[in-house]
Amino acid sequence: MNEKRFQKRSIFLLVYIIFSLLPIYWMINMSFKTNEEILSQFSFFPQNFTFANYLTIFTDESWYSGYINSMIYVAINVLISITVALPAAYAFSRYTFLGDKHLFFWLLTNRMTPPAVFLLPFFELYSTVGLMDTHIAVALAHLLFNVPLAVWILEGFMSGIPKEIDETAYIDGYSFPQFFVNIFLPLIKAGIGVTAFFCFMFSWVELLLARTLTSVNAKPIVATMTRTVSASGMDWATLAAAGVLTIVPGAIVIWFVRNYIAKGFAMGRV
Amino acid sequence: MSQSTKTVNQRAWFMVIPVIICVAFSAVLPLMTVVNYSVQDIISPERRVFVGTEWFVSVMRDSELHAALFRQFIFSFSVLLIEIPIGILLALSLPAKGWRASACLVIIALSLLIPWNVVGTIWQIFGRSDIGLLGALLKSAGVNYNYTGNSLDAWLTVLVMDVWHWTPLVGLLGYAGLQSIPDVYYQAARIDGASKFAIFRYIQLPKMRGVLMIAVLLRFMDSFMIYTEPFVLTGGGPGNATTFLSQYLTQKAVGQFDLGPAAAFSLIYFLIILLFCFVLYNWMQIVGKSSVKEQNHE
Repeated sequence: MNEKRFQKRSIFLLVYIIFSLLPIYWMINMSFKTNEEILSQFSFFPQNFTFANYLTIFTDESWYSGYINSMIYVAINVLISITVALPAAYAFSRYTFLGDKHLFFWLLTNRMTPPAVFLLPFFELYSTVGLMDTHIAVALAHLLFNVPLAVWILEGFMSGIPKEIDETAYIDGYSFPQFFVNIFLPLIKAGIGVTAFFCFMFSWVELLLARTLTSVNAKPIVATMTRTVSASGMDWATLAAAGVLTIVPGAIVIWFVRNYIAKGFAMGRV
Repeated sequence: MSQSTKTVNQRAWFMVIPVIICVAFSAVLPLMTVVNYSVQDIISPERRVFVGTEWFVSVMRDSELHAALFRQFIFSFSVLLIEIPIGILLALSLPAKGWRASACLVIIALSLLIPWNVVGTIWQIFGRSDIGLLGALLKSAGVNYNYTGNSLDAWLTVLVMDVWHWTPLVGLLGYAGLQSIPDVYYQAARIDGASKFAIFRYIQLPKMRGVLMIAVLLRFMDSFMIYTEPFVLTGGGPGNATTFLSQYLTQKAVGQFDLGPAAAFSLIYFLIILLFCFVLYNWMQIVGKSSVKEQNHE
């Protein structure tokens, strides 16, 4: 019975992984082809293997600066999100206070709001304060959905840490900041890792706001990529190569986070 | 939020203030602007006329909007129905530890990190019958598949794309929940001779409840504001088959530049999502409480 079950699950996992990788494989396959080959013949491997598409991206400043810009605003965003969300999540997980439930739900509503709704107001707001086309503008705009998300996930992790730990620390003479930094943060570092990952993810992939709030100096890679559409026909090959490169930073980040997820919440093990 | 053992402490508000400031700047101010637009006819930046609820009335009677809303609901519920079970199954079938677990996690999470317009592009290529693997395979299998011409094919392609794109989120969250279950629980279950299903029902599912709640809410909200992927893949067509709410709104706001109606529509859109999430949130709280009770009775 156990064996059978195990096998069924493994088969499911295998099927899922194939399903999950096929489209990506196809994009990688295309990124090594020339445009002519993509449109003229159908093959599982590039017939005329070429790095030309990647070379275009690495040598053309308008391409590679997009990656740098994206990374800058994503990093700022993740940093701010986690810094402000940590104390708030702690408050939600440990204390009851006036209006806490409503506040918690209100935070959530901000994640639900379609970014399309805020496009124009954001544009006017950031023009007024002179933040247009800066990395900070995009980072701040992305706080809209990342701060609530960070509070949510961190609150979940913190609720898993028994309250007795806090109380013991206070009895041992720790002040709140000491306790928070020296004892509490190490306990939830898995949670911080997961939160950072999700904040990174949502900020990295967002297109609509990032494109609207930037023009030249802080133009993100996702916006740079849209220009291949307007060229004479679709530049499939360069687009595929750029797409492959947008996956790379994410793949590196998830590789670090994997340990945190695998370590688990540390609940019940403390 | 767990209810039981929390102390009342009003000073906790101070810890929440930074979050409130951040979100107020990026959400409340823009939302007020939208409210402002929704009651005015903006002819030019200098000339504005107060029109009251006129835009709301006209938007509510818009039959195209009704159709888009209907499509949106069908789509969002299909997404939840498919992604949540597959996600749970995925979380359960992932290896618990070792390099295999790490490798699977990384592979599965890949699709989440692809920018949304690239996701659209990938499937645009993947589904084309001349240059795409999926399209070519279906064609050689004798299926008359054409996502640019056939509405049903287009709709199914968007759905499969969304499943491909977002199921890993449910899987990862569920997996994180599973990891938090101490081995002692499983040992106790083994001593009691509990079946696999009983372990799932009474140990794994309750422990995953919190994260699954997040997953359901996230998936509902995100699928309800889906824009970039279908925009790239189908452009909302053929006809209006894959024009979902966000796309319809953007057409109105940016395409036709009808600020007033677009703002009124945005507010209605926002309220619909708010309502559904409120219902969903409360419902899941109730479900959670009753399952806790069940456990205590046993």
